[in-house]
Amino acid sequence: MLTLSHFTAVLIFALFSSLVFALTLRETPREQVRYGLYCFACFLGGPILAGWALYLLNPR
Amino acid sequence: MNDMANKSASETRALMVAGLGWLVPGLGYVLLRRWGRGALVFVAVVTMFWLGLKLQGQLYGTGVSDVLDALGLVGDVCNGALYFVTRSLGAGVGNPSVVFSDYGTKFLIASGLLNLLAAADVRDIALGQKA
Repeated sequence: MLTLSHFTAVLIFALFSSLVFALTLRETPREQVRYGLYCFACFLGGPILAGWALYLLNPR
Repeated sequence: MNDMANKSASETRALMVAGLGWLVPGLGYVLLRRWGRGALVFVAVVTMFWLGLKLQGQLYGTGVSDVLDALGLVGDVCNGALYFVTRSLGAGVGNPSVVFSDYGTKFLIASGLLNLLAAADVRDIALGQKA
């Protein structure tokens, strides 16, 4: 059975989701790379920011 | 009249290619000779689906009990042949006692939705609405 850390799971999800988003929602390779990196940063940064926000709301 | 017939034939062809793209991830792009996109979509969808199964994720069956389960079933069916073959082999039953089972279930749904997005893109390309 495979086990992943929470961060690795988010990382894998962000990688593949941003890849498909970039391929389907942008046309030129340059736009695809830029949009893919943007989506990857959002998918990866969002949960990290949410985690810190929850920690700051309830630090115990 | 002839224009309408051509438009209808073009729409039918686009839907068929999109349908094949839904059935086998990336196949729609390959049929349109977008080899790179086809390969990348295939790798992304199949890898996420495989990871979902390895994480003991659950594929929803027809016996869904509430709205969220029904939405999960829709997401799973969007995986196309991967869903039907896996279900027919008796895999994807899930294991709620495993912590990562829930992640696996979400991976299975996410891979289906990515496949649906790709199929819709294939339809747009086949219709000439996108390069």
